[in-house]
This record gives sequence, C-alpha cells and structure tokens, in this order.
Amino acid sequence: MKIAVVRFPGSNCDADAYHAARAAGADVTYVWHRSTDLEGADVVVLPGGFSYGDYLRPGAIARFSPVMRAVAEHARSGGPVLGICNGFQILCEAQLLPGTLARNFGLSFVCRPVTVRVESDATPFTARYRVGQELRLPVAHGDGRYVADDATLDRLERGGRVVFRYAGDNPNGAMRDIAGIASEERNVVGMMPHPERAVETLLGSTDGAAVFALAGVAAGV
Amino acid sequence: MRRYRGRVRVMPRAGLLDPQGHAVEQALGALGFTGVGRVRVGRTLEIALEADSEQEVRERLREMCERLVANPVTEDFTIDAVEAGP
Repeated sequence: MKIAVVRFPGSNCDADAYHAARAAGADVTYVWHRSTDLEGADVVVLPGGFSYGDYLRPGAIARFSPVMRAVAEHARSGGPVLGICNGFQILCEAQLLPGTLARNFGLSFVCRPVTVRVESDATPFTARYRVGQELRLPVAHGDGRYVADDATLDRLERGGRVVFRYAGDNPNGAMRDIAGIASEERNVVGMMPHPERAVETLLGSTDGAAVFALAGVAAGV
Repeated sequence: MRRYRGRVRVMPRAGLLDPQGHAVEQALGALGFTGVGRVRVGRTLEIALEADSEQEVRERLREMCERLVANPVTEDFTIDAVEAGP
C-alpha cells in the first residue's frame, strides 16, 4: 500500500502526514506539485499548509498545479484522496468536494485541540472508527468555516457525506458544525482538523492515527 | 490587437456572513464614526490584456472571474470598467 503526500509551495504539514502514514505501516512517497503522475500511489494525501501563500483564496491557485489533474483522475477512478486543512480547501476549489472554506467567524486564526464526532465510517479514512466516536484532534486554520448552500448541505446530510462534526465547540462558525465531508462516492474526504498531528502519545492524542491505517484499501477492503 | 485594462470587483454574496466587513464596521464605530451601516469587504483586481474589442475583453474577464478570480459558492463579481490603454 503506497501513499503519496503531495507537496505544494507553502505546504507545511507534509512531513507530519508522511510520518503518520509511515507510522501506520504504509509505503510513503512525496510528490511535488509539478509532477504529472502519482508514482503509482494507491492513496493521495493533500497536506495542510498555505499553498501559494493563500493568495486570492486558500487553495485557489494550487488547484491549477499540474499534479491536480492526476489527483482528479485518481479520484474519478475511485482512488482514495484525503485533504487535510489546506488540502480540504484545495479539494473544494478543485470542485472534487462541494462548498468552500470561508474566513473563520471570529476572524482569528484558531489553533487548539477540539472534539470532533465521527459521523460516517463509510469512507476509507474512517472505516476504523465507529459512528458517534469522539476524537480529540487539533485545528490550526484561519479559513475553516465550511459554507455551502442549503440544497448542498441537505444533500450531504441525506447522503451520509458529513464525515466529521465539531462536538460542542465549533471553532470557526462552520455551517451545521461540519468539520469534514466526503464526495458522493465517499472516496474523497476533506477535513479541517489535523489527524496527522494526533498520532503519538507525546503529542497529546493518538486519536488521528486510524485515519492513516489504510492497509486494506489497495485490496479494496 | 489593442491593449486594454479591465477592473473587476469581487464581493461576498449578499446574505452571507462577512466577518471582515463586520470587524471594520465595529472599528469605525469605535473610532466615533456615527451612522455607519453595514460594511462589506471585497477586492478589486486590475487586469491588463490584449484583445480585438471591448466586448472580447468583457467576455474574457467574465471567464476569468468564473474560473479563478471569484469563488462561485460565496462571491459575486462585477466588471466595473474596461479602458483602452497600456
């Protein structure tokens, strides 16, 4: 099982994602954003950071990086894709996920652990959790307020595509407390909290580790 | 081909929360400006381009806004001006 961690200029959680995937037993490779292929990876991770300095809007420029064509192709053919924080913003800008991440309600950059509830175990990245399970994961973002029109929100809810929800403390004003969503086929997942920063007891939580435990994914389990 | 300069304005969609606008509104009140109503913060872009006609410029600016400059989920755009010139 091979995981590609895509690096954009301005990515800064790439090493953390690499570490988390490696710790979960995967073969991990970095893929530069200028690359036009994913080096045969089974799973793609778009890590957090500030690709292109968040110029224009977070993710707006990164979505046109050459690698995104390969990521979209991988997603279309059912391959798992996980976007964390800036990676989530890029997936929305690329229209691989609906809606967008707007400026936080309180305008401040929020950087603290929050509690998120697992709302769906029917994605490759949450298959090892149970619905209703509460995870302690850090958030670190200025633009994390999930926004979409009512029809889109209802479609997400009805389709079981809300994957994570803030439990109690909504740090950014996200609509319906949404912290993470999935694509219609559930193979593309975007989330604002950082599971890769919660994979070691030393870091205060290991609740994020199971996101990267993807051993069965390549075999289609 | 002629040189043109286009100016496009991107604003948060009416009805959507605009925390930046709200913060500026509060700050203006704190400074003693009275009677200030709703403030909204957007952005203006000046784009220089070559084209055969003003109509072509407008069409291309619209496409740029739809594909990159504005976020269709949260923002509306207006082409404010198209001028000939360097």
